[in-house]
Amino acid sequence: MNRILIEFAHPAIQKSRINRQLIDMVKKLDYVTVNDLYENYPDFFIDVKKEQQLLLNHDIIIWHHPFYWYSAPAILIEWMDLVLEHGWAYGEHGRILEGKSVLSVISTGGRREVYSKEGRNQYTMNEFLVPFKQSANLCRMEYLPPFIVHGAHTIKNSEIDAYAVQYKKVLNILGRGDIDKIEMKKAAYFNDLIE
Amino acid sequence: MYNQDFFFQALIYLLAAVVSVPLAKKLGMVSVLGYLLAGILIGPFVLGLVGQEASDVMHFAEFGVVLMLFVIGLELEPSLLWKMRKSIFGLGGLQVLFTSVVIAAVALVFGFQLNRAVGIGLILALSSTAIVLQTLTEKGLIRNIAGKSAFSVLLFQDIMVVPILAIIPVLAAFNAPGNLADTQLDKLTGVAALPGWAQLLVIIAAIAAIILLGKFVSKHIFRFIAETNLHEVFTAMALLLVIGIALAMDAIGLSPALGTFIAGVVLADSEYRHELESTIDPFKGLLLGLFFISVGASINFLLFIEDPFRIVGYVLLLVFLKFLVLLVLGRFFKLKKGYEFLFAFLLAQSSEFAFVLISFSRQSQLFEEKTGGLLLLVVTLSMALSPLLLLFNEKAVSPILARWQNKLEYDDVEAQEKPIILAGFGRFGLAVGRLLLANGFKVTIIDNNPANVEVLRKFGFKLYYGDVTRPQVLENAGIANARLLILSMAEYDNALKVAEFVRKKFPEVKILARAKDIYHAFEFIKLNVNTIQREMFNSGLELGTKALEHLGFARYEAHRSARFFKHHEDEVFMELYEHWLEDHSHFVKETRRFSEQLSETLMAEKNFSIHEADCAWDVESVREEAKASLKINEKK
Repeated sequence: MNRILIEFAHPAIQKSRINRQLIDMVKKLDYVTVNDLYENYPDFFIDVKKEQQLLLNHDIIIWHHPFYWYSAPAILIEWMDLVLEHGWAYGEHGRILEGKSVLSVISTGGRREVYSKEGRNQYTMNEFLVPFKQSANLCRMEYLPPFIVHGAHTIKNSEIDAYAVQYKKVLNILGRGDIDKIEMKKAAYFNDLIE
Repeated sequence: MYNQDFFFQALIYLLAAVVSVPLAKKLGMVSVLGYLLAGILIGPFVLGLVGQEASDVMHFAEFGVVLMLFVIGLELEPSLLWKMRKSIFGLGGLQVLFTSVVIAAVALVFGFQLNRAVGIGLILALSSTAIVLQTLTEKGLIRNIAGKSAFSVLLFQDIMVVPILAIIPVLAAFNAPGNLADTQLDKLTGVAALPGWAQLLVIIAAIAAIILLGKFVSKHIFRFIAETNLHEVFTAMALLLVIGIALAMDAIGLSPALGTFIAGVVLADSEYRHELESTIDPFKGLLLGLFFISVGASINFLLFIEDPFRIVGYVLLLVFLKFLVLLVLGRFFKLKKGYEFLFAFLLAQSSEFAFVLISFSRQSQLFEEKTGGLLLLVVTLSMALSPLLLLFNEKAVSPILARWQNKLEYDDVEAQEKPIILAGFGRFGLAVGRLLLANGFKVTIIDNNPANVEVLRKFGFKLYYGDVTRPQVLENAGIANARLLILSMAEYDNALKVAEFVRKKFPEVKILARAKDIYHAFEFIKLNVNTIQREMFNSGLELGTKALEHLGFARYEAHRSARFFKHHEDEVFMELYEHWLEDHSHFVKETRRFSEQLSETLMAEKNFSIHEADCAWDVESVREEAKASLKINEKK
């Protein structure tokens, strides 16, 4: 089983419907570690040594967060700033994360069609996520197609339930390493692979 | 010869005070009782070291009362006094009226003539300013609501001394019809000899003079003297001021104590207030002590031995009647929660003014010698009883009341099923409580400082007066189902005691505690207290951060540095705890404690470098790598 580390970033989890339910669904899986960044570092003082050790202990890293300003909440960016050190995660001698995989798990307010050339946001999710993808690449990690929950503002409870089940399925697939690499390269979203 | 005698007397009085007062204090009594006992001891009936001159000493020492009122006036701003006018004239007036009526009625029953009964009532209605105020100051009750009420009453009684002095000869005139009254009136001096309206005018003029002098003239005099930088001259001036006013008041037949009190109030606003206070204070203390000793020494035990049961009966009856009237009035003036008992016990004795009034009544032939002597004895004994009454209130009455009231209060809070109990609502607890309240939590706040409770209640905090070290109080507050128990009190040992008790009896209750220093924190950890906050560490760090900023750090850099330091400290803390567990059997003396702590902390810190922080923002290694690759490209 691959060990999965979820770097979870939501500054107001008590107000969240979707992300709380998603996390609740998977946090008990024995091959999954949930690292709730806002809970662990309310003062943004991230313990770099501890975080690096966590990364080393897992095979797949998940950046799980709501989509804020077409990016991640501040603490995840802070985490990247501090934990992914030069000479450790990237750079000539920074090869320690090589071979691991990264998955973005994101909830957005807008529906999928809004994230297109014709839509209000003008760009696709994959285009918005290029900085994350390239960050993973810089650290010699594989960036998987993102798992995205669209339409967070209008979503029904039954739909959230369905997404939660899907999330668990995603983790199960990743945990078993049961991925068709070629299929995956073609997919825009991880969601598309499991339907 | 006289000198030798004087010094011998001084030796005896001082020795008695130095020996008995600390002893009394050790036994948990107020100093007044110590002085009284010392007086009895050196008096003619035990050791006989002082004799008849004790009453002369007493007259001299009465000046201590005058000084005391001056000092109390200094601590009272005029605005505060104005606020108290209702209780001075309302509560004070009713107390004198009702108490003298009740006592007079009882005196009638004992077979005294009406005029004598009225005289006795008026004289015994007064309470002892000296004893009560000394006790209030000593116990820190002067700002307490019961203390303030008592003070108002005493103030009114002081004012009443003047009219009572005027009434006594009139009462005496009814004794034997004839021209006795006329001869008595001739003897009157000062204000009392004038017709009513003139008396009032003189009084007003005198008070106005004091106020005007104090407000506009004294400032210049004090400055002139202060500029000489001779402290003893300042002392002389302060004494001169008080003695001058006292003599002037005496000359027009007003109470000297009242006059100096007004002078004190007037000077309360002046910049010399603290200097005056600290100058007068030692004189006040010594003279008052002397006064109490002489009261003790002048107790006439011969009269007492003649019929001890009757005398004791009189004393108890007097105290009981006064107590009853005070209790009812206290209730009527909205004193609650045991404060009415404190108020009543405080004022249940008779006054040192009674000595003056009784001797004046004898001169005016209102009483016979025997009645006068009897009254003196009863008054003195009631004063001696006073500290015991307060002790009784403290040890017996107020715990019972507290238990009873806690029950009642518990009924109030019962709606809260899982209370958050906050023990201690001073500087520290206030911040904790306010944050919780601001977030909409209902907090059961318990504090053992009545003054705090009073003030905070005014601002709408729901606060209970109680001592959490008493299990009953915690249990009534609902500790068994408490969500949290927050120990934010500054009584560190008590906090540990409470934590230990709660851990033992209610192991599932979460405890959060304020710790004094790391050793105190260790004790809490050992007791499995859930969260501990050292009271000084964070604010020290905050100021340190500001210091770094002033030293040129960018604000964020300073902030990060402090955060890093704090997290490091948390690790050191646990390390030190392990050490402490191993060898805390070795006793660290309180005074050595801090330096010990310091050296241990610094030892653990030797290998610590703050530069390990925030490496990722240090671009040095990236730059080197970039330069290196640039060189390779150039070669290509």
